Amino acid sequence: MLLACPPVKPAPFEYHAPERLDEAAQLLAEHADEAKILAGGQSLIPMLALRLTSFPHLVDLGRVADLRGVEQANGSVRIKAMTTQAAIEKDASVGAAVPLLAKAIPLIGHFQIRNRGTVGGSIAHADPASELPAVALALDASIEVTGKGGTRTVAAADFFEGTWTTAMAEDEILSAVSFPTWSGTTGFGVEELARRHGDFAIAGVVAGVELDGSSVKRAAIALFGMDSTPVRASSAEAAVTGTSGAAADLEAAGQAAVAELDPPTDIHGSSAYRKKVGAVLVARALTQALEEARRG
Amino acid sequence: MAEFPVSVTVNGQARRGTVEARKTLADWLRDDCNLTGTHLGCEHGVCGACTVIMDGVAVRSCLVFAVQADGSEVTTIEGLAAEDGTLHPVQDAFQKCHGLQCGFCTPGFIVSVASFLEEHPNPDDTEIREGLSGNICRCTGYQGILQAVKMAAETMQSA
Repeated sequence: MLLACPPVKPAPFEYHAPERLDEAAQLLAEHADEAKILAGGQSLIPMLALRLTSFPHLVDLGRVADLRGVEQANGSVRIKAMTTQAAIEKDASVGAAVPLLAKAIPLIGHFQIRNRGTVGGSIAHADPASELPAVALALDASIEVTGKGGTRTVAAADFFEGTWTTAMAEDEILSAVSFPTWSGTTGFGVEELARRHGDFAIAGVVAGVELDGSSVKRAAIALFGMDSTPVRASSAEAAVTGTSGAAADLEAAGQAAVAELDPPTDIHGSSAYRKKVGAVLVARALTQALEEARRG
Repeated sequence: MAEFPVSVTVNGQARRGTVEARKTLADWLRDDCNLTGTHLGCEHGVCGACTVIMDGVAVRSCLVFAVQADGSEVTTIEGLAAEDGTLHPVQDAFQKCHGLQCGFCTPGFIVSVASFLEEHPNPDDTEIREGLSGNICRCTGYQGILQAVKMAAETMQSA
């Protein structure tokens, strides 16, 4: 028998579906802290369904055609915010220009999630255990945020402030992310520990290296699931730069990466366990990156 | 609360209605279209029972609001078999390989696998396991499901 009142899980909200970015920015400005952006919905809708959160207004960006697509120019790949993770996963030219994206995206959720989940949504959501914020941080991505007054660019290093918290104001929308393309002899690696494929990472690492002959000229390393934001491992980068990338160098980099961290404890692992795993994953991600770079 | 008009082509048939914005595509398919083959397990994107194909790609219908699906084309489990009742190769393989027991998760698995095999016509075991990772089955232990995916891949390739 049908219930008299069919079950609906989220709390009620006013729904707005603008077709232009400026209209969306206007709506956010009007409703200030009562409004939330709906991108792919793969994190927000579960939170609404579980009533972990609720908003009087949702502004759906799904109808804003100008927020989808990829542009490659001036040594970077600019991905508009509503481009799905699946679209990037299937775009070989993006994978060639920014290999770290091609390696990290298949680890996000499951393919059904990536078909809806967006690049901008993942970065704006700023979950500390998610992959794309770490990729943005490691590669020094530039994040474009648009408000009623126009668009400003925020460096990834200044963007992530805490769990689900970013440098965006309440009335700003993440509109695009530019990932720099590395040239030269480069390689990239992603390592993540999760209970099952697609689960939230217990700990994860993204890494890139550039070689000059046989020595490491440049390294970029970011960890996720280890703090309230993704963490750039500058001391590990310094530890490995200038070395030949021998096993002992990578182990030292791993130790340096976690030395200052105090990761969270939960049912999947203690803080101490995460530190041990994080150090090992740094060494493995660097190994993967070095092998790729040496293959040329 | 305001209601919104929605117009969705479901299994080739135009469906129109009005919905509250907070109603999910899954609830709309089940309550308003009476297509109850789409099952709801967790209702927050973990179990995969509600998987449907929307504009050519598999999505969790509990993580899409019906208003977001306005103007789209949706295929549900009811739309996979031929009109004369001939089963889709994935349905046939699940039956032959005992890829189900209680059957609750089965619509989501079959829709996911049908979509997965479109993109990976000749998958290896690792790809199959990754492809199945978004759906949860509590009865079978998955071995029959793995066999079914392999059989369906062979059938679809030789077709």
